[in-house]
Amino acid sequence: MNLNFTIQDVERSALDLIIRCSCELPPDVRAALEKALDREKPGSVAERNLHAILENATLAAKQRQPLCQDTGFPLFHIAYPQQLSVRSLQHAVEKVIVRATEQGYLRPNAVDPLTEKNSGDNRGRGFPQFSFHEHDAAFVRIRCLLKGGGSENVSVQYSLPDRELRAERDLSGVMRCVTDAIYRAQGKGCAPGIIGIGIGGDRAGSLQCAKEQLFRNLEDSNPEAALKALEEELFLKLNQLGIGPMGLGGHTTVLGVKAGAIHRLPASYFVSVAYMCWACRRSEICIGGDC
Amino acid sequence: MQQRRFQIPAEEKTVRELRAGQRLLLNGTLITARDRAHRWLAEKNSHELQPLLDGGALYHCGPIMQKQGDVWICKAAGPTSSLRQEPYMAGLIRKYGIRCIIGKGGMGPETAEALREYGTVYCSAVGGAAVLYANTVESVEAVFRLEAFGMPEALWLMKVRDFPVMVSMDTHGNSLYRDIEKISKTRLGKII
Repeated sequence: MNLNFTIQDVERSALDLIIRCSCELPPDVRAALEKALDREKPGSVAERNLHAILENATLAAKQRQPLCQDTGFPLFHIAYPQQLSVRSLQHAVEKVIVRATEQGYLRPNAVDPLTEKNSGDNRGRGFPQFSFHEHDAAFVRIRCLLKGGGSENVSVQYSLPDRELRAERDLSGVMRCVTDAIYRAQGKGCAPGIIGIGIGGDRAGSLQCAKEQLFRNLEDSNPEAALKALEEELFLKLNQLGIGPMGLGGHTTVLGVKAGAIHRLPASYFVSVAYMCWACRRSEICIGGDC
Repeated sequence: MQQRRFQIPAEEKTVRELRAGQRLLLNGTLITARDRAHRWLAEKNSHELQPLLDGGALYHCGPIMQKQGDVWICKAAGPTSSLRQEPYMAGLIRKYGIRCIIGKGGMGPETAEALREYGTVYCSAVGGAAVLYANTVESVEAVFRLEAFGMPEALWLMKVRDFPVMVSMDTHGNSLYRDIEKISKTRLGKII
């Protein structure tokens, strides 16, 4: 299989991808916000906040400016053909990250916890974060998620059974964990949020599973019937909490709920909740073929 | 409720007239400060910043700034979560005479008490609405601790025109966040 692109093509496309990711709200997220607006009472704080959110998204796209100043932790999921070297791909994306930072599309966010020094260019140990998957196709697919810090701070993991929450090791127990997490988050994760749930795994795998859900389109449908039902029920329940946009009240506390499950040990039953702010900046690009 | 123009710096008396739920358009200079800046302001006595903070507005924000020639341009400047500053906030209000705090997500009981005692309000900005707020920045007047703290955590002085906020914690002990938390606690009991 021959590849019809070079690593320079990857760089160019990756820069486009990052700029788009920072400045444009994905269409499905925008649609969910518009739908939310219809649910809120005219003249309410919730309606005003959603208006501001939508107006800001329009301005950001038009002015080519980051829609949120917290461009977060950049996460990249890269699927690549076997002929390409993972190291060269990582290097290409890192190069582009530096450029996007210089151009003001990304805030320099990488801070060394030992020296407290901000690297200034979004590079550091474990920063940005990459995950690579080899695939059979002859193209490269890069998915980017800019994961804000405020919402990361309210993300949380539970270990079941949890006596205080009266959560057993089943989906009803999972539901109790998630409602607890969203109640505790109030408006601090920039509600209305998008909620990724990871069930099972070890601690790290569970959180990763939760985070991977954030890459999903809000309008998709979970192929696993039990998870689909869980997502739908939680979506309705969480929106009854009354927390609302920015925690200032309203009918819209979440824009979407997405759940995944991976095998666990007999000893462990983890439930992880990855909170994504409404500014769910994710984008995808394919180089050398169609996505 | 109508939006009302509000000038920074402000007098204690004017601030005490404000009520939770009121919408303001801030005019004047905002000073950005977040995690490291709070600790620094608490531990040091900043003589340079003292006169600016006295009667002034502290904005929980880590903006994106870009230097064009000799001037800084504000590209994005939405609020960051305020609650992380709870350990420092009351002390800073007392020490520097800050009259207005802007952020998102609200603050805790210690800050609420300081707001009441010293005559300061907490105002909410919409999280993530970074361009909306950047567009109200007329000029970036100065920056402190840029080298040491980095861009997001430096203290930026931004002159703003009609920066829209809502008073959400006032000097009379009202807090919209506390009200919503109470409502959601009752509802939580009902949905599970």
